[in-house]
Amino acid sequence: MTSFLPPSERIWWKVPVGKQELVWIGIALVWCLFMFFMMPYWHLYGKQNLSNEAYQTTPAKFQARVDAMVEQFKVGEEAGMPVVRPPAGSDVYMLGRLWQWYPILELQKDQSYRLHLSSMDWQHGFSLQPVNINLQIVPGYEMVLTVTPDQAGEFAVVCNEFCGIGHHTMLGKISVMEN
Amino acid sequence: MARFRVCPDAGFYFDKSAESLMKVNAVAGVVSLLVAGIMAVGVILTRWQEVHLLPADLFYQALTLHGINALIFWIIFFEIAILYFASSTLLRCRLAAPRWAWFGFLLMVIGAVMNNVAVFQGKSSVMMTSYAPMQAEPHFYLGLILFAVGALIGCFVFLGTLVLAKDDKTYEGSVPLVTFGALTACIIAVFTIASGAIILIPTYLWSIGYINHIDAEMYRLVWWGMGHSSQQINVAAHVSIWYLLAGILFGARPMSEKVSRGAFLLYILFLQLASAHHILVDPGISSEWKVFNTSYAMYLAVLASMIHGLTVPGSMEVAQRAKGLTKGLFEWLRKAPWSNPVFSGFFFSLIIFGFIGGITGVVMGTEQINLIIHNTIYVPAHFHATVAVGTTLAFMALTYLLIPVLFRRELFLPQIAKLQPYVFSAGMTLMILFMLGAGTLGVSRRHWDMDFTGAALSFEYPGTAYVMMAIAGIGGVLAIVGGAMYVIVTVGSLVLGKKLDASAGLLQSFGLSLSPGNYNVEIAEPLLMAPKLTVEEHGSAGFEAPGTFVLAMALLVCFVVYYFINWDYLASVWPLS
Ligand code: HEM
Ligand SMILES: [Cu+2]
Ligand SMILES: [Cu+2]
Repeated sequence: MTSFLPPSERIWWKVPVGKQELVWIGIALVWCLFMFFMMPYWHLYGKQNLSNEAYQTTPAKFQARVDAMVEQFKVGEEAGMPVVRPPAGSDVYMLGRLWQWYPILELQKDQSYRLHLSSMDWQHGFSLQPVNINLQIVPGYEMVLTVTPDQAGEFAVVCNEFCGIGHHTMLGKISVMEN
Repeated sequence: MARFRVCPDAGFYFDKSAESLMKVNAVAGVVSLLVAGIMAVGVILTRWQEVHLLPADLFYQALTLHGINALIFWIIFFEIAILYFASSTLLRCRLAAPRWAWFGFLLMVIGAVMNNVAVFQGKSSVMMTSYAPMQAEPHFYLGLILFAVGALIGCFVFLGTLVLAKDDKTYEGSVPLVTFGALTACIIAVFTIASGAIILIPTYLWSIGYINHIDAEMYRLVWWGMGHSSQQINVAAHVSIWYLLAGILFGARPMSEKVSRGAFLLYILFLQLASAHHILVDPGISSEWKVFNTSYAMYLAVLASMIHGLTVPGSMEVAQRAKGLTKGLFEWLRKAPWSNPVFSGFFFSLIIFGFIGGITGVVMGTEQINLIIHNTIYVPAHFHATVAVGTTLAFMALTYLLIPVLFRRELFLPQIAKLQPYVFSAGMTLMILFMLGAGTLGVSRRHWDMDFTGAALSFEYPGTAYVMMAIAGIGGVLAIVGGAMYVIVTVGSLVLGKKLDASAGLLQSFGLSLSPGNYNVEIAEPLLMAPKLTVEEHGSAGFEAPGTFVLAMALLVCFVVYYFINWDYLASVWPLS
């Protein structure tokens, strides 16, 4: 009956702890340490890590770089949006705005690209499907990461951060070509 | 003028003003839960794609109302009632500054109403997170600020009562464990509200045009300083309630005061600023910070929860074994009062919080694994296991205890009450498990339409994602039925329940005191230390609670297996660096 009464011992912190609790605390502590070390381990040996490269930017600046890429590497149009095929290994850009991911990118399988992402207005969520890679896109910040698509096919970019009434229409596209 | 009423059934001392304040805060909480529950109907039946009940604008409005009323208003009103109970009632002390407590309550009510009005008006469907630069109307933020100030006043009344109790020597020795846990919750709450002020006040000024820019990433960082630590308040509060209920139901005593209190202390020390696990895939936050901040180098807060996970059921097992329920590993559990909703609610809250909420939370809070989970419907699935079952169901169980003791009414429709924790837990578990599954398939949260109607491009989720969302829908409906059962029993008891005291009328249910004759104690008997235990060994091999240990190891096995499944899944997605 002590959970809601004062402890039966005045100096309760000197009462020895039972074996069962000590064993459990030991096991739990080891597991917690293990989980902590998994994260740095994955940075060294895993293949899915964020570079955390990011820059402060403005919508106008970012838009200008997207437009420059579109102008240089546009290969067609789909659903009113330019389709862009930048060379392997280059810097590629995608912007989120109410309510589209712009432009459509065509990448090559097993090639690496430096992907730059930012938002022109509100926060958006870059959710690459069905691969299931999810990133938070924040206005004023340009996120850069190196991606190496290892599957060919058509992939959708779903917006998964609520961005107003048209949120569910905000779909983008990345196509990955076999070499 | 005598001030205390001694409950004839439970022996608790109720200070007259604390009693009224507990009643009004609890009632305000239940009203908020009712609003949240009504909105849940719209939310879940829209996410069930084949039903797709609401149009987009109403869906986002309902979701905003659901999140804010459930997570903020219901839980915090109820927590203020718990703070007053854990200080004034458990310590047999008069409440410090009851006028301030009423003022705080008034601010909370005004704030909650103002915020709800803003969302109902339709121009503030910004979700509970109100991420800048999306903007709500000024009274949306102002309502939240007033509510927070009111809650802060409640925290100080609690702290003041602890000081009073110490000065007046109303108790011997140290404060009880439950009060210690409530103190933990309160300290975290003060920090939380400070972070809230740092972000919401500028946001309010921005919404009325005094400030012209709020940095969106800064907003996220500070907002989650509040949003995350407020979840820690809930954990500290419901763990305290677990200890309280184990004590009341079984006469359980903590296995070790030192261990349980130490674990609460870890919450205070290691969770204040752990906001990074909400921003693991955000731009501009370094990995070193993410790894350090989510784990403080060794997940000490997770450790604390794992400790409570052992000591709460362990204390119950020890008490049951002392009563002779010593057969096998689990007789103590089989012969628990499963038809008493106070017990079943408490126990399901514990199990679902630990097995589902705890494990999924740690997994998705791992820096790299978050890449495959962030903002999918997996996230709400996780926190329904923590707040909608862990916290909410623990508070529901406590309500069944408080109706006779505090409100002096018998339970209305006790058969319904008996079933309620089962229906609610079953529905929630079904919804949670299938939303976890759908999230793993990439279905996003806060999303009106899995079919992307009207989009220029197209994408189709696999058929299993639809099936999973439909099953989640069925589970959600069942959970809503369970929630409605709770509201019916609670409101029914307050209005129609058989009176345990002749003066427990309708107005008394909503805050008035009972007839003056009840309050016949001027100065409470001081609260004595718990009687010493004559040591008796009932477990085996030095393990006092072997059954609990087996349960704990089962949790660990699930945890480890699930953890590696997720790394394996992560390893299959496109390489990123
Ligand atoms: C009664 C049964 C309930 C059902 C069927 C239900 C259903 C849901 C669903 C399906 C979502 C996610 C919608 C989406 O992201 O698209 C959601 C969100 C949420 N729920 Fe519940 N819920 C229930 C009870 C609760 C309770 C008791 C709490 C808390 C104490 C709660 C807190 C929340 C919060 C905080 C959100 C997030 C809102 C947001 O994204 O801003 N829910 N609920
Ligand atoms: Cu968006
Ligand atoms: Cu969106």
